[in-house]
Amino acid sequence: MFRRWKWVLSVAVVAIAMMSMSCGNGGAQKTAQKDTVKATSSPVELNALFMKQAGYSEEDITAMTTEYTKAHPNIKVNLTFVAYEELEPKILASYSSGGYDVVLGDCIWPPKFSKAGVVLDVSNRLSSVNTQDIFKGAMDSVVYEGKYYGMPWLNDCKYLFYNKSMLQKAGFSTPPATWEELENMAKVIKAKGLVKYPIAWSWSQAEALICDYTVLSEAFGGGIIGSDGKPAITAQGNQKALDFMVRTLKEGLSNPKSTEMLEDDVLNTFVAGNAAFGLNWTYMYAAAQDPVKSKIGKDVGIAQIPGSGAIKSATVNGGMPLMITSGSKHPDEAWDYILYLSSKEVQKKYAKNALPIWKSLFDDPDVVATNPEVVQVSKIQYDYIRNRPQVPYYGELSTELQKDIQSALLGKMNSKEALETAQKVALALAGKQ
Amino acid sequence: MQLRNSEGRFALAIASPALLIVCFVVLFPLLTTFVYSFMNIELISKNRGNFVGLSNYVQVLGSSNFWLALERTLYFTILSTALETVLGLFIALLLNEKFWGVGFLRSIVIIPWAIPTIVNGSLWKWIYNGEYGIMNAIFLKLGLINEYRSWLSDPFAAMNLVVVADVWKMTPLAVIFFLAALQSVNITTYEAATVDGAGPIRRFFSLTIPYMTPTILVVLVMRTVEKFKAFDIFYMITRGGPADGTKVLIYETYLRAFTNLQYSIASTYAYLFVIIIMALTAIYLKVLKKSEENNA
Repeated sequence: MFRRWKWVLSVAVVAIAMMSMSCGNGGAQKTAQKDTVKATSSPVELNALFMKQAGYSEEDITAMTTEYTKAHPNIKVNLTFVAYEELEPKILASYSSGGYDVVLGDCIWPPKFSKAGVVLDVSNRLSSVNTQDIFKGAMDSVVYEGKYYGMPWLNDCKYLFYNKSMLQKAGFSTPPATWEELENMAKVIKAKGLVKYPIAWSWSQAEALICDYTVLSEAFGGGIIGSDGKPAITAQGNQKALDFMVRTLKEGLSNPKSTEMLEDDVLNTFVAGNAAFGLNWTYMYAAAQDPVKSKIGKDVGIAQIPGSGAIKSATVNGGMPLMITSGSKHPDEAWDYILYLSSKEVQKKYAKNALPIWKSLFDDPDVVATNPEVVQVSKIQYDYIRNRPQVPYYGELSTELQKDIQSALLGKMNSKEALETAQKVALALAGKQ
Repeated sequence: MQLRNSEGRFALAIASPALLIVCFVVLFPLLTTFVYSFMNIELISKNRGNFVGLSNYVQVLGSSNFWLALERTLYFTILSTALETVLGLFIALLLNEKFWGVGFLRSIVIIPWAIPTIVNGSLWKWIYNGEYGIMNAIFLKLGLINEYRSWLSDPFAAMNLVVVADVWKMTPLAVIFFLAALQSVNITTYEAATVDGAGPIRRFFSLTIPYMTPTILVVLVMRTVEKFKAFDIFYMITRGGPADGTKVLIYETYLRAFTNLQYSIASTYAYLFVIIIMALTAIYLKVLKKSEENNA
C-alpha cells in the first residue's frame, strides 16, 4: 500500500514540478498584468519583435528604445531581433498569447493578419496622427476594408539603378523616363557591345518576382486587383507588362539569368558591371558604391522608375509597418511605443539608415544631408508607391502568380494563357472569402 | 512478481518526466495536426474552426498540385537514393582496398556529410549561379559551353541539379555503411573464389552483392524516408521554382501553412505524407525481414 502511495506521490511531484516549470513565468506575468490594469503606474513589460537586416540597424532600434524607456521609467521593453523569414512564423505562433506586443511586419501582411485576427484595429488610435503628412502608398498598405491595422515605419520601395558611364558611352545623358525609352536605350547599349544583357531583374520564383511585376503592371496601366476589389489579372496593362518581360528576355535585353535571380543577385550583377539597368530596393545604392564589392563605384545612378503613356512612374511598396498583436495585454503602452518609434523626431534622428515616412521631413536639411541623391529621388518616387494586392488571400495568390509568370518567362506557356490561369485561380480564391 | 512490479513502477516514475515531455512536444502536436486535418483552420476563412469531415482530404487529393508535387518528390527520392547507393558502393569498394593514403581518404570522405544541409544548399547555389558560379567557369574552360549560362532556370534541370547537390552531401553516409560492411567480409571466401577462377566481376556479383544486401537495404530504407522529407535543400537552392519545377510535397506543405495560413490543408498534406512514409517503411521492413530470413 505504502509503495503504491510512494509511486503516486513521486509521479505527482514530478508532474507538479513540470507544470510549475512551464507555467511559472506565465503565472507571474499574469499577476503583474492584472496589477497593471488596476494601476497604470506600476511597471509594464512590453515585448517587441524586429528584423535584423535592412533599414534601421539593431543598434539604432536599441538606442531608440533606450531613449523611450528613459522617458517612460515604468515601461520596460524587451527587444527580439530575427531574420525576415522568421518574422511571420514567430508572430503567428505567439499572437494569441500576446508573446509579443509590438511586431514589425511586411506591408503585404496587414489584410491577412486583420482577417485572421492576428493584429489589432488601430483606426481610432490613428485619429490623433496627422496621416496626411505620411506618404499615401505607405498608409494604404495598412488598410483593409477601411480600417487601419498598423503604423507605417520602415519606408522602402524599388528604384531604377543605372550605370552612368554605360549610358554616357551609349550617348544618353539622362536616365529613361518611360519603359519604352528604357527598352530603346537597352537596345543601343547592347548593339554597341557595352554589356551583353543590359537589364537585370529579380525574377526568381519568389516574392521578388511579384514586386517587379507590380512595378511593370502598374506602369503599363494594369493592376492585379481591379478597382472593384476583384482580381483583374487579365487586364490589358498586365498583359502588356508580361509581354514586355517576355520580349526583353527573348531579345536578350533582359538578362536570361533573371529567372533565377533575387535582389542580391541583381546587385551582384550590377556591381560587376554586367548590367546597365537594375531594379532594386534602396540598399543597393550604398552597396553598389562599396569599393570592396563594387567594380563600378561612382558610376551608380539612382532614378525614379519609368512610367508609360500617361503614367509617370510606378514603384512597389517594400515598407514595413509596426502592429499590435491581438493578444497583447498592454495595447495602450504598445501604441505609445509605436508612436514614439515612428515619430518625426526619432525618424529624423535615425534617417541615415532608413528614410522617414513623413513627407515634410524630406525638406529637412538634416534629413537631406544624410543621403542627398537618394532623398531627392525618394521624395518624388514615394508619391508613386503602389502596393501589392491588399487582399487576405495574397499569400496563395502570390504563389500562383509566381508560378504562372515564370511559366510565361520560361516559354512554357504564352503570356495570355499564363495570366488566364492565374486569373482563374485568383477568382476561386476571392470567391472563398 | 512483487519485486518486478515495484521495479516497473520505479522505472515508470523515473521515466515520467521524459514521457511527459514527449507527450507535450510529440504526441500533442501529432494529435492536434490529425484533428486539424478534419477541420477548417484556415486563418483567413470566415468559417474557421468548423469540422469539415473528409473534405480537406478530398480537396487535396483532387488537386493537381498534390499529385504533381508527389511526382516531383518521387523523382527526387528515387533518383538521388539510387545514385547515392551506387556511388556509395563503388567508393566504399575503392576505399576498402589497401593503397597509400587510403586512411586519409577515408577520413576526408565524410566531410560533405558533416556540412549542414543549409550550408550545402547555399554552397551549391553559388556553384550553380549563372552570373559568377564556378560551374560556369569550369565548363567554359573545358570548352563545354560558349558562354556563362543559367542553370537553375529550367524546371527539369533545376530538379536534377538539386539531386546532384544532395547526392554530393549524402553519398558519404552510404560509403561509411558499405565500408563498415566490407571490412567485416571474410577474406578467405574471396581467396577461395579467386583460386577457383572467379574474376573480379564475378566475385563482385556472386560474393560482394549478396553479402552486402542487408546493408544496402538498410541504406535504401533510411535514405528513402529522409529524401521524402527533404526540405532545406530545396528552400536554399530553388524555393520550389522555377515554375514550380522543384516544389516537392513538403515544400508545398510549408507554403500552405506559413505563407497561406491554411493550417488545415497543410495538416492534411502532412498526414498524407505520413501515410506514404509509413507505407514505404512497411514495405522496406518486410523486404528486410525477408532478406534476413534468406541469409539465415
